[in-house]
Amino acid sequence: MVTRGFTGRGSGGDNSNRIPPGQHLADNFPVLSAGPTPSVETSDWKFTVKIGPKPVKVWNWNEFNALPKTKVTKDIHCVTSWSKLDTIWEGVLIEDILADAGLDQPTGFVLAHGYDGYSTNVPLADLLSGKAMVALKYAGKPLPRDHGGPARLLVPHLYFWKSAKWVNALQFTARDEPGFWESRGYHIYGDPWREQRYTND
Amino acid sequence: MTENDTQIGSWQPCVIEEIVQQTPSIKSFFLRLSKPFAHIAGQHVDVRLTAPDGYSAMRSYSVASSTNSSPIIELAIERLPDGEVSSFFHDVAAIGDEIELRGPLGGHFLWPEPAVDAILLIGAGSGLAPLMAMIRQRRATSPAVPTALLLSARTAEDVLFSKELHSNEISDAAFVLALAITREKPIRASDFGRRIDGEMVQEVVARLHRKPTQIFVCGSNGFVNIATDGALLAGLDPSIIKTERYGG
Repeated sequence: MVTRGFTGRGSGGDNSNRIPPGQHLADNFPVLSAGPTPSVETSDWKFTVKIGPKPVKVWNWNEFNALPKTKVTKDIHCVTSWSKLDTIWEGVLIEDILADAGLDQPTGFVLAHGYDGYSTNVPLADLLSGKAMVALKYAGKPLPRDHGGPARLLVPHLYFWKSAKWVNALQFTARDEPGFWESRGYHIYGDPWREQRYTND
Repeated sequence: MTENDTQIGSWQPCVIEEIVQQTPSIKSFFLRLSKPFAHIAGQHVDVRLTAPDGYSAMRSYSVASSTNSSPIIELAIERLPDGEVSSFFHDVAAIGDEIELRGPLGGHFLWPEPAVDAILLIGAGSGLAPLMAMIRQRRATSPAVPTALLLSARTAEDVLFSKELHSNEISDAAFVLALAITREKPIRASDFGRRIDGEMVQEVVARLHRKPTQIFVCGSNGFVNIATDGALLAGLDPSIIKTERYGG
């Protein structure tokens, strides 16, 4: 349905093939979250990998920072309809975290948890092969608190609510268990190229 | 609280029935739904505009009206500098135009039904929209629930729904209205002439006569951070605070 009198700003020129349907380019980096912004000091920071309820390995900030680091440049897509191209991140790939924990693929599903009580589910396959990391830096600098610092999950090929801010745990689950937004009307998987915004999309 | 059963409609055309200039930068758009739905106060809709070349732009707007039997919903849209969709609504959209929309959406920033305990609402600018839906729903279904609104605006004329809020305050002893006016002197002694801080949140909570059990904060990210820091300084528990940030 064409909207009378709407021409729009255009779909992003040369970059239009990088912008999923229904998305527009943001000039800034908007901040969205469901509650207050937690304040987590790196001296108190801990990161845990669990299988079900059972912790397998816990790292403190220094131990985690000693893991191999990877830099990536990725396009990101928020379900509220903004996209941002060529964002630069540095962190630890999920496969490098699992290798350090001595884990292979205990189950096919993961729930990521944050310091704010947030959670989001991602199939393990979407976290491996260089597709995802726990990011510690954005644009060359320590990750700001507003954007999930000291550390956030980064799964750039899915809508950005999957990239849990203030991440403190990855939990392997037997089944694909919906997280916070996935239990509140948002899509269980969240592929921006298939516009999987809400539950039945 | 989980809301697995949230009903999500598909895209539907709706017609602009009425446009009201509410403040210098905010207009209300009254939209007649072709497939009416019942929403919960605090929910939003996605609005989609499509250009002749097929390009489409989508944005989310909170519903400002409360649920009733009317097929008409109200959106309060603020003109953003360089806003692709908001400037279309302010400069181009006219009564009778068709707009595509889907909803109701969102399962977190929701007025509790039934509401029983004291509730604190904090907003700024067009961030009042979902809070206004809550105030309207409260009036219809749970008028006894002590509720305070702390609303930040640059000047008195930037206060959205000003008349309705003031008349609610006069007619409703369980409703507290406090304005934080940041760019001019406030007119009323009960209002504040500064940005929101911890002391201010504490004072508004004192006017409620009991500690809120839920807090809803809506506005820009910068505002939400200031307001939630204020609530935490006032000794309120972070787990009862729900936020809705726009700028996306």
